[in-house]
This record gives sequence, structure tokens and C-alpha cells, in this order.
Amino acid sequence: MNNLREFIFLTEPNIILVVMGTLILCGMAALVGCFTFLRKRALVGDAVSHSVLPGVCLAFILTGEKNPLYFLFGAIITGLASLVIMEWLGRNNKTRPDTAIALLLSVFFGLGIVLLTSIQHSGNAGQAGLDKFLFGKAASITKDDVLLFAISAIFIIGGIIGFLRGFSVLSFDENYAQSIGFPVKRLRFLLAFITVWSVAIGIQAVGVVLMAALLITPALAARMWTDSIRTMLLIAVFIGLLSGYTGAFISYAAPAMPTGPWIVVMATFMAVVSMVFAPKRGYLYRWRETRNNHRITLEENILKLFYGLGEKTGNPNGAIIKEDLNNARSFDPSQLSKGLKILQKKGYVNDVLQTWQLTPEGLIAAQRVVRLHRLWELYLQKYLHLNPDHVHDDAEAMEHVITPEIEAQLDALLGNPQTDPHNTKIPPAI
Amino acid sequence: MSINDFWIILTASLVALCCAIPGCFLVLRRMAMFGDAISHAVLPGLVVAYLISGSRASSVLLLGAAITGLLVTFIIEFIQKKMRVQNDAAIGITYTFLFAVGVILISLFAGQTDLDQECVLYGEIAFVPFDTITLDSGLLLGPRQVWIAGGMLLILLIILRIGYRGLYLTTFDAGYASTLGVSVLLWHYVLMGMVSLATVVSFESVGAIMVIAFLVGPAATAALFAKRLPWMIAVAASIGVLSSIFGYILAVVLNASVSGSIAVMIGVIFALALLIKRFFPS
Repeated sequence: MNNLREFIFLTEPNIILVVMGTLILCGMAALVGCFTFLRKRALVGDAVSHSVLPGVCLAFILTGEKNPLYFLFGAIITGLASLVIMEWLGRNNKTRPDTAIALLLSVFFGLGIVLLTSIQHSGNAGQAGLDKFLFGKAASITKDDVLLFAISAIFIIGGIIGFLRGFSVLSFDENYAQSIGFPVKRLRFLLAFITVWSVAIGIQAVGVVLMAALLITPALAARMWTDSIRTMLLIAVFIGLLSGYTGAFISYAAPAMPTGPWIVVMATFMAVVSMVFAPKRGYLYRWRETRNNHRITLEENILKLFYGLGEKTGNPNGAIIKEDLNNARSFDPSQLSKGLKILQKKGYVNDVLQTWQLTPEGLIAAQRVVRLHRLWELYLQKYLHLNPDHVHDDAEAMEHVITPEIEAQLDALLGNPQTDPHNTKIPPAI
Repeated sequence: MSINDFWIILTASLVALCCAIPGCFLVLRRMAMFGDAISHAVLPGLVVAYLISGSRASSVLLLGAAITGLLVTFIIEFIQKKMRVQNDAAIGITYTFLFAVGVILISLFAGQTDLDQECVLYGEIAFVPFDTITLDSGLLLGPRQVWIAGGMLLILLIILRIGYRGLYLTTFDAGYASTLGVSVLLWHYVLMGMVSLATVVSFESVGAIMVIAFLVGPAATAALFAKRLPWMIAVAASIGVLSSIFGYILAVVLNASVSGSIAVMIGVIFALALLIKRFFPS
């Protein structure tokens, strides 16, 4: 328990280093990942993270030192190189983009493995620990590393804040950005540079393979909650930090547990929660919306049916025999009885001796739907010059969504009309 | 060249052949990244199957991992359609999660499986010759992995022979295929099953990431030249075998990972092919 308290309150200097390092890495990746995600380049991010490995190894071979700064430099160079080749292959139609990504990812990684194993087999004693770039080893983060991470973070955050407008436009519509005079090429390069940079430092926490998750997953989760890019960036960073912290915590509490995979599992968990529960875009919300819409449509269609049958007999709220209801319109019988039950509960219809009757409230509601339907039909005929035979189906859909404001506008536009294209009376507004 | 060198090259070539067959269809269908996703995501399936069956050479293992491969495809599609997540992100989130779970399972049951993290990433093809099958009568049959990869190649060839028409039609003109009553969805899953099988058999020898080079590289190179599908598969297969031979030589020269060297060689051959195409465009 003591250990856990040490972790939570960050009393041990060594833990502070590891936690701070992990948090910076996860936060940076989440921030940069938002743009990768919005530009639909999630898998390019994956390829870049595999491509930094040969750079790290080359830096070690050339300098013979394990200096984080040299590693970063090498990593950025091969990361950018693979990006450039990828774009070139795609632009010249040599291969399709997805093939180019997969090919470069695996070949660059293969090159990295060749260099890494070659160094390992050479018997150079100084090479121990290079494999932390493969799997990530948060526990081995040193003071120098954290310093480098912090400086990188300042540059990355500064760059993103400074060019936020440009990056945002670039992420949503590259052609538009070009047309309103943004220096698209330079922005694209800058964004690529920042991405490679954050990947190059991030692999030390989670390793090459799982780096893609650090970029994509928090961004995906954040996108579920908001439509504003600023809010999205903030939420993504928050989720990145939270998963980084919990991942580091789990591997501290159970030392056999690897940090990187737990960070990814935590981030995925948060993404799944977001996908299911987020308002507006979440699955549950959309499911409920769809169900409500179905219900409203059903209710209004039944009310309309009552009104129509009443019009024929000249008695709007007269009794209707249940069979007539069944025959008049092709309702699914179970749907019909379900809808009638709801309407009865709302006090719109009454069940009187084998017949159904509209209540006064029900009549008002029915008139409203019929009125909207016929107003829309008239509008289509008058302004879109549609044949009266062709306006019904469209009005069937629109009658359920027209708001009182649109109704008033339609009424004014059409000059407070009395009859629809089929020469039936439009019920007055209530 | 010793007999061990021969076994390693033979294993690599068999793996390359297994991958070339589904790889060509992946490249033509613009689904290369599904190969990426499946190759990472079979890891938890492999670990669980190891734990259940307790052995490497079991059919349970292959079946378990192949099912995981199909499951991945299903999950990706579910996230894409029901959760309305864009395709690339759906692939990314699914396979990183499953790979992470696989690595966690390995650490959790360390010592109970033969898998370790290095093996997962770049395979152990160099150890292939030392794991041999010996019959009760004392007859030495050669490396186990050679038999597994060879058997899998046979299975894949049979599937290709039986399913050629369906795979061909749904790859080149899905609309036309469905008017003929050929189920696009069915053949999609058949292909994903083939990719899973090829991946599982390659996993031990070349690791999760280099499998992608085997799947996509030779097929992409063949696509530069071949005009007809049978040719493309044949060219891809030959390139796979060539890369295995030259890759092994490279590995010996550099004293480095065999699978990594083969992946590099696949990249080199692709680059050469691009050059050749540039200077001799016909």
C-alpha cells in the first residue's frame, strides 16, 4: 500500500521522472494525433512510427553513443524519409496509397531490425537498452530523457498553437486552404515534422507497434464528444494523459506488467466508452433518437389516418370501427396497436365499445399533421413546379419534421392558403 | 552452404509463397492495411490457443488464430458501420488494442508459452532447423516449421483452386459479381480467412510486422508488371522466393536478423522494379 501511495502522491523522485516522462509523451501524441486523425491519416502515423526505428539504430552506429538527442535526430530523418517516399509513390501512381503504407512500414521496420540485430550481434557492450525503442520501457526514462521530452513538448505545443488556424483548415479541407491563400505545402511539411517528432519521442514509452494507438485512440475518443477542434484537442490531451497515468500506475503496481500495452488498453477503454455513451455521436444516443423518430412518425401517421377517415364521413371525431383502421392503411397490425396504446396514454384517442374515437386534443394534433402535409404539398407544387401526383411521398416525410417556425413561413409564403393541390381543405392553424 | 541454411531458406520461401497468394488479392482490393491489422491482431488468439492446447503444432492453434483473424475483420466493420468511425481509425484502434492485449497476456503467462516479445516482433526463423520432427521409428523428417508451412501452402492452393472464380470476380468487379449471384461478403471473409491462415503460419518464423512485407511487397512489385491475375500471383511468388534467398545471404553477411533482411530485400526488389519500369516502360 505504501508503494501505491508513493506513486499517487509522487513522493519518490524516480517515480516522478517516469510519470512525468510518460505523461508528456502521451499528451504530445494525443495532441498531434488529432490532426492525423482528422486528415484520415491514422495508418500513415502507424507507418511513421515503424520507420523511426532504423534512424535510431543508425544514430547509434554512427556515433557509438546512447545520446537521446542523436536518437531523436536519426529518428526524425528516417521518419520523414519514409513519409516523403510514401507521398511520392502515391502521387506518381506507382502503387495505391494503402499498399505504399504497408510496404514502407514493413520494409523500414525490417531495416531497423537488421541494424538492431547487427548491433546486438556485434558484441558492442554499449548497445544494451536499445530495444526499449521496440517495446517502450517507461521505467527506463532518465533525467536527460525527461529534459528532452519537455523541450520537445514546448516546441510542439508552441507550433500547434502558433499554426492552429492553418493546421485546422488543412485538416478539414486542403483544397479550400489552398484557395484562400494558406501556404499549404509549408504547413503540410511543418505538421509532418511535428508528427514525426512526437512519434520519435513517443516510442520510448509504448514502443514502435503501439505508437499508432497513442496517436489515434485519444483523438478518436475526443471526436465523439465535440465538433470544435479546440475542444477536441483538449479532450484528446486529457484522455492521453489519463491513459498514460493509469498505464504507468498499473505497471508500477504489478511490475511484471508492461507499461505500453496497458496505456493502449486504457485508452481503448475510454474510446469505447466515448463511442457508446457520448451525446449526439454516441451509439446509445443515436439508437434512442432513431427509436423516438420511429415512434413519432407512427403516432402522427395514425392521427392522420383518423383525420382522413373523419373527412370522408364528414364527422371529424366520430367513432371509427377497428377493422376500418386496419383496412384503410397498410399498417403492421402490431405497430398499429402499439401506436394506439401510446396515443391512448397521451389522451389523444379513446377506446369506446369496439371503436376508436379522437379526443378534442387528438383532433388538434391530427389537424396539425395534416395541415403540415398539405402545406408542404402546395409548396412543392407552387415553387418546385412538381406535378400534384408527385408531391405526396415527399410530404409524407416532411410532415414529421417541420417546425412551427417553418410552418409560419410556409403559410406566409403561400398566402395563407385554404386548399392543397388535390383541392382538399387545409385545416387552419390552431 | 550447410543443410541448416537450406532449411531456413526453404522455410522462408514457403512462408513467402503462402503470403503471396492472399497478398495479391489484398493489393488489388486496396486492402493492404487489413493484412497489417490481421497480422498484429492474431497475437492474442495465438497466446490463448497456446495456453489451451499447450503445444505449438496443434491444429487448435491454427484454427484459434484464424478465427481471431476473422473476428478482427468483423470488429473493424462493426466499429466502422455502427459506431460511424472512419475506416483508417477503425483499423488502427482495433489492431493496436488486440496486440496490446496479446503482449499483456504474454507477460501474464510468461514461461507458460514459448512466445516472447522479440519473437512476436521479428520471429525466430534462425532456430527453425533445430526444432525437428522425429517419428517413433527414429526417422528424421526435418524441421517442424517446414512441414507446417508446406501443409498450409497446400491448403491455400486448394482454396485458391476452388474459390478462384469467386475471388476473381469480387476483386475486379464487385457489382457485376453480385448481379451474377456471387456473394461479395462471403468472398471477403474467405479472403480474410486466407490472410489469417497465411499470417498464423508466418508469425513464428518472421513475426507480426515482417508478415506484412511478405503479404504486400511481392504483390505490389508484381502489380507493376503483370497484366493478368495468374501471372501476378506467379510473379509475386517468384519474387517472394528470390527475396528469401538473397535476404538470407544478406543476413549472413551482416550477421543480422533473417526476417528483417528478407523484408529489406523485398523493398530493394520493389525499388529495382520501379527503376526498370522507368527505363524500359514497355
